[in-house]
Amino acid sequence: MATYLEFIQQNEERDGVRFSWNVWPSSRLEATRMVVPLACLLTPLKERPDLPPVQYEPVLCSRPTCKAILNPLCQVDYRAKLWACNFCFQRNQRGAPSPLIFLYVVDTCLEDDDLQALKESLQMSLSLLPPDALVGLITFGRMVQVHELSCEGISKSYVFRGTKDLTAKQIQVSVQLVLRFLQPIHKIDMNLTDLLGELQRDPWPVPQGKRPLRSTGVALSIAVGLLEGTFPNTGARIMLFTGGPPTQGPGMVVGDELKVPIRSWHDIEKDNARFMKKATKHYEMLANRTAANGHCIDIYACALDQTGLLEMKCCPNLTGGYMVMGDSFNTSLFKQTFQRIFSKDFNGNFRMAFGATLEVKTSRELKVAGAIGPCVSLNVKGPCVSENELGVGGTSQWKICGLDPTTTLGIYFEVVNQHNAPIPQGGRGAIQFVTHYQHSSTQRRIRVTTVARNWADVQSQLKHIEAAFDQEAAAVLMARLGVFRAESEEGPDVLRWLDRQLIRLVKKKTFMFHLRRSPFLQVFNNSPDESSYYRHHFARQDLTQSLIMIQPILEDPRRSLTVLQPVLLDSSSILADRILLMDTFFQIVIYLGETIAQWRKAGYQDMPEYENFKHLLQAPLDDAQEILQARFPMPRYIHTEHGGSQVSQLVNPSQTHNNLYAWGQETGAPILTDDVSLQVFMDHLKKLAVSSAC
Amino acid sequence: MNVNQSAPPVPPFGQPQPVYAGYHQSSYGGQPGSTAAPTPYGAYNGPVPGYQQTPPPGVSRAPASSGAPPASTAQGPCGQTAYGQFGQGDVQNGPSSGVQMQRLPGSQPFASAPLAPVVSQPAVLQPYGPPPTSAQVTAQLAGMQISGAVAPAPPASGLGYGPPTSLASASGSFPNSGLYGSYPQGQAPPLGQGHPGAQPPQRSVPPQASSFTSPASGGPRMPSMTGPLLPGQSFGGPPVSQPNHVSSPPPQALPPGTQMTGPPGPPPPMHSSQQPGYQLQQNGSFGPARGPQSNYGSPYPGAATFGSQPGPPQPLPPKRLDPDAIPSPIQVIEDDRNNRGSEPFVTGVRGQVPPLVTTNFLVKDQGNASPRYIRCTSYNIPCTSDMAKQAQVPLAAVIKPLARLPPEEASPYVVDHGESGPLRCNRCKAYMCPFMQFVEGGRRFQCCFCSCINDVPPQYFQHLDHTGKRVDAYDRPELSLGSYEFLATVDYCKNNKFPIPPAFIFMIDVSYNAVRSGLVRLLCEELKSLLDFLPREGGAEESAIRVGFVTYNKVLHFYNVKSSLAQPQMMVVSDVGDMFVPLLDGFLVNVSESRAVITSLLDQIPEMFADTRETETVFAPVIQAGMEALKAAECAGKLFLFHTSLPIAEAPGKLKNRDDRKLINTDKEKTLFQPQSGAYQTLAKECVAQGCCVDLFLFPNQYVDVATLSVVPQLTGGSVYKYACFQVENDQERFLSDLRRDVQKVVGFDAVMRVRTSTGIRAVDFFGAFYMSNTTDVELAGLDGDKTVTVEFKHDDRLNEENGALLQCALLYTSCAGQRRLRIHNLALNCCTQLADLYRNCETDTLINYMAKFAYRGVLSSPVKTVRDTLITQCAQILACYRKNCASPSSAGQLILPECMKLLPVYLNCVLKSEVLQPGAEVTTDDRAYVRQLVTSMDVAETNVFFYPRLLPLTKSPIENTTEPPAVRASEERLSNGDIYLLENGLNLFLWVGASVQQGVVQSVFGVSSFSQITSGLSVLPVLDNLLSKKVRGLIDGLRAQRSRYMKLIVVKQEDKLEMLFKHFLVEDKSLSGGASYVDFLCHMHKEIRQLLS
Repeated sequence: MATYLEFIQQNEERDGVRFSWNVWPSSRLEATRMVVPLACLLTPLKERPDLPPVQYEPVLCSRPTCKAILNPLCQVDYRAKLWACNFCFQRNQRGAPSPLIFLYVVDTCLEDDDLQALKESLQMSLSLLPPDALVGLITFGRMVQVHELSCEGISKSYVFRGTKDLTAKQIQVSVQLVLRFLQPIHKIDMNLTDLLGELQRDPWPVPQGKRPLRSTGVALSIAVGLLEGTFPNTGARIMLFTGGPPTQGPGMVVGDELKVPIRSWHDIEKDNARFMKKATKHYEMLANRTAANGHCIDIYACALDQTGLLEMKCCPNLTGGYMVMGDSFNTSLFKQTFQRIFSKDFNGNFRMAFGATLEVKTSRELKVAGAIGPCVSLNVKGPCVSENELGVGGTSQWKICGLDPTTTLGIYFEVVNQHNAPIPQGGRGAIQFVTHYQHSSTQRRIRVTTVARNWADVQSQLKHIEAAFDQEAAAVLMARLGVFRAESEEGPDVLRWLDRQLIRLVKKKTFMFHLRRSPFLQVFNNSPDESSYYRHHFARQDLTQSLIMIQPILEDPRRSLTVLQPVLLDSSSILADRILLMDTFFQIVIYLGETIAQWRKAGYQDMPEYENFKHLLQAPLDDAQEILQARFPMPRYIHTEHGGSQVSQLVNPSQTHNNLYAWGQETGAPILTDDVSLQVFMDHLKKLAVSSAC
Repeated sequence: MNVNQSAPPVPPFGQPQPVYAGYHQSSYGGQPGSTAAPTPYGAYNGPVPGYQQTPPPGVSRAPASSGAPPASTAQGPCGQTAYGQFGQGDVQNGPSSGVQMQRLPGSQPFASAPLAPVVSQPAVLQPYGPPPTSAQVTAQLAGMQISGAVAPAPPASGLGYGPPTSLASASGSFPNSGLYGSYPQGQAPPLGQGHPGAQPPQRSVPPQASSFTSPASGGPRMPSMTGPLLPGQSFGGPPVSQPNHVSSPPPQALPPGTQMTGPPGPPPPMHSSQQPGYQLQQNGSFGPARGPQSNYGSPYPGAATFGSQPGPPQPLPPKRLDPDAIPSPIQVIEDDRNNRGSEPFVTGVRGQVPPLVTTNFLVKDQGNASPRYIRCTSYNIPCTSDMAKQAQVPLAAVIKPLARLPPEEASPYVVDHGESGPLRCNRCKAYMCPFMQFVEGGRRFQCCFCSCINDVPPQYFQHLDHTGKRVDAYDRPELSLGSYEFLATVDYCKNNKFPIPPAFIFMIDVSYNAVRSGLVRLLCEELKSLLDFLPREGGAEESAIRVGFVTYNKVLHFYNVKSSLAQPQMMVVSDVGDMFVPLLDGFLVNVSESRAVITSLLDQIPEMFADTRETETVFAPVIQAGMEALKAAECAGKLFLFHTSLPIAEAPGKLKNRDDRKLINTDKEKTLFQPQSGAYQTLAKECVAQGCCVDLFLFPNQYVDVATLSVVPQLTGGSVYKYACFQVENDQERFLSDLRRDVQKVVGFDAVMRVRTSTGIRAVDFFGAFYMSNTTDVELAGLDGDKTVTVEFKHDDRLNEENGALLQCALLYTSCAGQRRLRIHNLALNCCTQLADLYRNCETDTLINYMAKFAYRGVLSSPVKTVRDTLITQCAQILACYRKNCASPSSAGQLILPECMKLLPVYLNCVLKSEVLQPGAEVTTDDRAYVRQLVTSMDVAETNVFFYPRLLPLTKSPIENTTEPPAVRASEERLSNGDIYLLENGLNLFLWVGASVQQGVVQSVFGVSSFSQITSGLSVLPVLDNLLSKKVRGLIDGLRAQRSRYMKLIVVKQEDKLEMLFKHFLVEDKSLSGGASYVDFLCHMHKEIRQLLS
């Protein structure tokens, strides 16, 4: 018989589901005592090459009372594109599927080389789009320009003031007009390529000591409005490329005076971020409208300073869009990440899907408490909806406007079976996940995943339950809860909550410890934008990636050239004779210890007699490359050595404030942070766990 | 009125009344019974004819008169005699000629002063003077009045002028109007006869009768009327009908009048014809428009009168003035030309009255500004406000600061006073000028305006000669000339920064109408070459002016035409509610640098919008956009707007069609002239602040609300051009010509004008195209060489004869090249303690310019009738004051006019019957608003010809003589049907072809073999290789060259439909809209004056 571990992995492979508990406590009371809620991580679109989908979307009979699905018994008139329902004899029109829409929203307040790099990336992306995809281009700076793409001779654009929000109605002067802005790529490929090529920096002069006026808020609003009326519920991506914070109009995050810096966590705590609330409200409004229309918003922000992701985060978060943060558009981080968005699966289809709704159905003993991930509630109340909310709750259906095969939601359940109504031995609880979505081929598809787990009585079968505990899943699910809370509550409160949870569950401590210190919860030394960025990704990645984020992997390839050896994630691991590879999800760091670095400088690797040293040096590079190629977004790749400036990245992904301390003493001097060290943390934890009543 | 009547009456009067009675009877009586024709008409006709004919014919009431018809003088027996004496003797010939003569003598009228007292001076209507003659004239007047008086019952008529409805008529025919009721009747009959020859036949009594009757006077009266009348005159029934006829005949009025009166001439001919198409017929048949007066309706009064009058049926009374005897504008103009055109006008002497604007003369600046820059209503100002009030002569100056000069005259010198800027008086800030008095050996100067003593800065010091003059006076323009310019320092610049060169922005309506009419294509094509001719300064190789382009319908399209682009880029702004400029760099460009891109743009615009379906337009946002663009570029400039329709698209400044002809002659009429929304004023203010001048070219197919659309051009010193129902084939020449001129003309931008005066008077009111944010500074976003500002002065203290009164007009502006300058004009006037001096130094043309502007502004706030009455009253007061204080004692019945003002009545009448103050049926609300706005910034020469058009006979002088033929008076009587005439008023140009023009002439000019083959409404004459054709075309070109706007030619054939339009410009005649004829108006003036005197 397979171990629980194998069982869990098999299930994940097959269903894209991992539960915190794989045997379920059979009553509410018991479940509550388990501390870690019954929950699962669901990857709705987990790639399953073995499942050939029906090659067209399910076609429903249009009679509301019928809704039968097109089947072999129906009569089809191919020429007239009609079919007759064999149940109700309704004649149905067979509509053409609507193409995917890509709307580029491009900031032109960029340095020339940045703009050039971005233009090239955009031009490149055109070649990756399916020929019938509709594309549109909006550029913005002081003004917002919506470009007409199909014109000959004079290029035309519609210009809007960057300081004034417009209603969707004002934007869609007419549907006809909107159609001029969105054209099939195969028709305007050349035009658009030229247009992008001729794109100039924002022509309005920027006085000394000022930031360029950047109308991001209005540009986004126009993009949303443009698609709103004309293409509701059609797969559409609004891709925002910005090189700095919005500085005017609705959604402005900072004024144009350079002497006033953009808000920091400090300002926010002191309630000193004067634009934040208003801006956040603006973007939330946009995000909600976009979500309602089934479109998604990506943000690609490349700048050395913050760009306002904190305020804008809801746009990708609520719509399932991507958020990518980098230093410059002229980096491989951006270029490759961007390219990866258009990667294709083995069928040649984009690895993206649109406008999904996820419906969760449970057997009687269970109720759905909520979901955490890039989704919004559809507010569908039903018998299986729990009163208690965890994450986005109060509904059994969620909308995920944009998702890819790795998009993973945390779904939380509540056992509602009463203690006095025992479930018969061997009973199973079942959960069904129904995901409707628009495939990137524009077909509409439905994926249904049904899972079942055994019920077990805590008193009699505690062992089983314990054995079926998936500590990794649990850690990630808890982490999501923590992050979800962190978004809405004060930092210390969340930490306290997490500590309490941990104390109650002295099981897998280091995850929690690292989570506690991770940028997902700690904002110290992270800008608000960075925090938003980290949290965004944490809330959508699958379990493996999430784990890496919580507890970065530190490996020492030296011990074996073939298999990477994990080492303890602690400063004590940093020794002179080590080569270390660390993967924090967002960064990949290769560190050469002092001795190794000296060897390398001496050029041993080039000498035939030290070929193994050469391999030793090469191994982590290969390894890192592998990761770099697979991951989205592409991590920051750092290659450093003893005494290098980036060395602090190594042990402590949440850079601590004391790291100016000379680094690299042989034994690894203690890193001072404002947080407790693992050792202290563990000691306290043990003490409390013992004394604690639970 | 009554008074007058009674007074004059003496002998003749008695008669008049009777006549009337008779008249009434006839008309009324007849009418009632006869057709249903509107009473009014009957009345009208009656009156009109009567009126014109009145004078002479009246007398000859008997059929005999009919024979007389042709020649007025010849006619009636009694009447004739009387008439003859009167008209010929005193009034007409005598006086007028005499006057003119006098004038000749002294270039400056004054000399004549003494004469004035004499009959001669008063040029005119002394008619009464001699017992007999005067009597007659008076009689007429009286008659009129009488009727009024009699009228009591029919009150309206009594009022004559006043009554709104009747107004038209009233004013038009003095006699007629007021009198219509009564008067007309009397006369009417005569008129009918006038028609004599032709009409007699028509006489069919019945028809006429019917028409008249309706009026009203009630059945009952009619009968009675008829009774009496008939007996007297025999016409009885028939006569009545005549009234109608009368009108028709008008042309020959005189004769007919006489005839009519007597014999029921009226009855004869016309009736039948008239009733149906009343006016038309008249015109048609008679040619002359005189008939028009429909107003007369009021006549009924006559009826009342009638009763009493029955007995007296004799027509005798009313006499008509011989048109040749009353002051003739043509004569005055000719005389001035002959007397003053030969020598240069030297401006060295204070208070000199310059030659008339119609005279060609050179000016030598010797210390006073040329009359091309400043003209005054009077060059001798009363010393005290009491005097001024007594005389009621408006003290005003018409200033054209940037007037263009003929090539022979030097433009103002530019003076540079260096870094310290122009030298000014410390107290009143007046600029250094020839009138400043240097004292203390030249170390100080005393301001000639405020008397403040100022130090002379060391660098400006100069010794004085023995006369107290600086020895360098003749080396310095500011010490020796009337007009010169200073270079301004940075202190005179906005934001203390020297301006950058201005920009022109072309903003083109590309809605359906604009595209379909061919306008867009035409304009774009023209701009390609026109852009090479932007105004330049001095010898500059290329213009410093940058250009930008915008097209629009209900959204705006801006174009990026940066020289580095391969193709222009269009940027659409649809947020018209909150207009902004989408680009800065690349919008305003240098023409030569961006030529390729601009050409490409102008090629593509017509194509891009060729298939447009958009019919809605916006307007205010377009101006806003242009203004914002200039603001962003931090420069002044001009917007050229080409617009076609009422802006009904949802946007600020959206307008409704509020045209409502029913408002005419009501208290709400003023709303037709007022802008619909205050938004445009606000916008205009912003434009002025930015130095953004707006020129508007309108191409309406229907009502576009010119009153509102022209607000911004008006307040920013811009121009409005209107091309109704624009079609490329017909209107392209006119439009392109205007456009070229408008784009090329030199403009000053971002200007401020201030007029300083000697202590004692002060500029209190300003008229023109500009904006004022306080009471002294005239702000002009743009000012070109055609724009004129009229300034009115009032006393605030005493002036003295010794010092005279000085004016200094200072204009601060930015030149086309972006140079900031001050243009200074100085003018010294005399002051007087004797009213006679004032009257001797007036300039009627300037006076009319002022009065027209005053009246045209008045219609914005007062009912038109009030405005008209005010004008008449003021004019009467002016003349009465003269009569009372300056003219030699003479019979009260004499009308005595000051030499300098003898044309005041005729010109004033023209103002009163202009389309703004008395619209005809064919005049649209937009036309009126357009004209109103045009006149506001006209100079004296323009108002002169605008109100009194020039009528030139082309075939009277020998073909070889290619100089401009002497003009004839604007009256149908002056047209001979065997000739061709040109008529122009600065805006319109007609070629009138008489029906009996020789075939050879027709062939030479039109290239067709007969009159009937000439296309009516033709706007281009064929280019034929013969002397006559060349001469005619040459004359036309010559006339056009004299005017600031291209005049489209319209060929009008005698008795063609278009003739109606043409007749509108024969301003000495009664107008179709009811405007009084010159003669009638003169009588009316006389009456008013007499009333004032008594």
